[in-house]
Amino acid sequence: MALLQISEPDASPEPHRWRLAVGIDLGTTNSLVATVRNGIPVVLPDETGHPLLPSIVRYGDRGIDVGRAAQSLQAHDPQNTIVSVKRLMGRGLADLTDARRFPYRFIDEPGMVKLATRAGVKSPVEVSAEILKALRVRAEASLGGALVGAVVTVPAYFDDAQRQATKDAAQLAGLDVLRLLNEPTAAAIAYGLDNASEGTYAVYDLGGGTFDLSILRLSRGVFEVLATNGDSALGGDDFDHRVYCWVIEAAGLPPHSPEDTRLMMVKAREAKENLTIHTSAPIVATLSTGHKVDLTLTAEIFTSITANLVAKTLAPVRRALRDAGLAPGDITGVVMVGGATRMPQIQQAVGDFFGQPPLTNLNPDQVVALGAAIQANALAGNRSAGEDWLLLDVIPLSLGLETMGGLVEKIVPRNSTIPVSRAQEFTTFKDGQTAMAIHVLQGERERVTDCRSLARFELRGIPPMAAGAARIHVTFQVDADGLLAVAAREQGSGVEAAVTVKPSYGLSDAEIARMLTDSSAHAEDDMAARALAEAQVDADQVAAATGSALAADGDLLAPDERAAIDAALAALGRCREGTDHRALVAASAALNHVTAEFAARRMNRSVGAALKGRHVGALG
Amino acid sequence: MIDFSRNHFELFGLPPRFRFDAATLDRAYRALQSEVHPDRFATASEAERRLAAQSSARVNEAYRALKDPVARAQYLLELHGAGAPAETDNALPLAFLERQLERREAAAAAADAGDFGALEALLADARREATALDAQVAALIDADAAWDAARARLRELRFLTKLAADLDAMAAAQDG
Repeated sequence: MALLQISEPDASPEPHRWRLAVGIDLGTTNSLVATVRNGIPVVLPDETGHPLLPSIVRYGDRGIDVGRAAQSLQAHDPQNTIVSVKRLMGRGLADLTDARRFPYRFIDEPGMVKLATRAGVKSPVEVSAEILKALRVRAEASLGGALVGAVVTVPAYFDDAQRQATKDAAQLAGLDVLRLLNEPTAAAIAYGLDNASEGTYAVYDLGGGTFDLSILRLSRGVFEVLATNGDSALGGDDFDHRVYCWVIEAAGLPPHSPEDTRLMMVKAREAKENLTIHTSAPIVATLSTGHKVDLTLTAEIFTSITANLVAKTLAPVRRALRDAGLAPGDITGVVMVGGATRMPQIQQAVGDFFGQPPLTNLNPDQVVALGAAIQANALAGNRSAGEDWLLLDVIPLSLGLETMGGLVEKIVPRNSTIPVSRAQEFTTFKDGQTAMAIHVLQGERERVTDCRSLARFELRGIPPMAAGAARIHVTFQVDADGLLAVAAREQGSGVEAAVTVKPSYGLSDAEIARMLTDSSAHAEDDMAARALAEAQVDADQVAAATGSALAADGDLLAPDERAAIDAALAALGRCREGTDHRALVAASAALNHVTAEFAARRMNRSVGAALKGRHVGALG
Repeated sequence: MIDFSRNHFELFGLPPRFRFDAATLDRAYRALQSEVHPDRFATASEAERRLAAQSSARVNEAYRALKDPVARAQYLLELHGAGAPAETDNALPLAFLERQLERREAAAAAADAGDFGALEALLADARREATALDAQVAALIDADAAWDAARARLRELRFLTKLAADLDAMAAAQDG
């Protein structure tokens, strides 16, 4: 296993001009930095030899501590010691359903929540930047020069706001971001290049706070992501929390302070880690209230209290396989990523599901950083002749536009390979309509209210035309970084409007998770909602057309004919208020039926008028 | 960079037919992306990077259109000046529609009963019918150049593909 060699402090300089580039895994629990040295990806340890930097920032009396120093003080100063900041990136307070699990003083700000600390108000971007800065300093000290850039990894399910926040943090830390790379994809690069394997692989990535599952095909040096799925509110932290809850219950503890909560969480995590090699783990602590805890957590109890969490990870696995059109037996190998995958019950469940033991020959804590380093090296232009490989990644969530009736028309479906450019034509709804609102959305559901709004803009100056005559060409472009740009153009007149989507905030973790599960769970609801919305649009069109026809040519009707049409219009109006799409369709059909003869007479009148030349003059 | 005036088939060096070797398409796709992908131009000029992004997106779009049978048949009809059926053109034989309606009702009943096995069976059945239609479309386009007949079968294939996707979503919800 050549990949995990730790480099010598004074590695011999490369013969050609080497551009220093690093891969950074900015994790919920731990962060790492890696680089490619002499053709081998290596993790760069700190001066005491530790490869992992705990993702913890403490704003102390005398400056800022990052990593181990901050960790040692977290139980004493929880409000100024920020852990799991990754969960706050690109999130508003309303997005944080588990805000009460954090001991911080949150400040609700538009776009992203902020934290009140001893050192003043800090945004999650600033806190993350402290972690990234520590890694940059470590890398520059180790490599002996300034970096040309870094590849920073993000969970596959991070949306635009979370990606943008991560990129902002890197820039704040003085890093030039070569690429934001999806974590499971990075892991596949590290595994694939090392094993030189061909086939279809599943990457099971259970991090501290997120779960991602990606399916990749490796063929002739091309890494093609076929499908990605996940649960951005499920991670190793949840297993700690289960143990913590078990301790509270088993020891019969009363409500306690944030300091004691933090202490018990640390003990819970230690017990979880102990159980990866032992069959039982002691949990011993004395709380600030004087209460003593002395318990033993067995592997059996641990497996049973976390069984539904393990099962919860298998739902995204099944969804991704479905999207890729594959069965578990089609998978060549399963790559395990994230420290949480060391838990024996997880390896057991994954092995049972795929019918083969998962691959664990690379350190699950380091594999993402190593893959990111390989990608950074290639993007920096250090690619050597033997390294001819390419990565084709996908977008995780569908992108679309709002159409009539509050529905979303998907323009770029999820799992589309990027970069991608997709166009669709839309038209006007009303006669003489001169402006059109373009509302860009992200998500899998059919209704606008169930998706995340990314941007709104307006196309103005459309020449007045009959409804349905204008041709509005809307183009979606997603670049290799996953950033979206939308443009709209009226084909006849060439009027244009465009926007680069930079959302001020993103989807909440819970929202993404819910949107993904719901998109399938609510497929039927959505179908009924879609049918109703479509029927409503049709009904409004029929009613409006009938109204304007009656105004223009009502004299063509006998009183009883007019009464029949008025009655059908009234019936349609009543159905329009209801939610029964079948009744509404029937009412529209009935109105169409009673106006058929009227339409024929109007047609005759206008043909007659045209023959007399009246309309020709108007066109002239 | 790629020649943007070439059609999808020319881009991948494939004959303009409904049936071709899928592995050849996959290989040609990966070979082209290896040439034009923006990652190959990460250190190039702004203009080159933009061109790479456009080329790569064009290759992705062509691959998607040829990979999917419905999109491929529509594209072939357009290439032959025969015109693909419009999105809203749903002129379908009554017997076909009735069969799909029954299928949808059976699927709704299975979903209500939480019967995942029945849903999967209905899905497999719909896919079998789609495969048979696919073969008919292939013969009508590749052997007979019978565009009108191909267009009629294509409407059915498109309808059935959409239905299969809906059934798949319902089955996925049961599987959740």
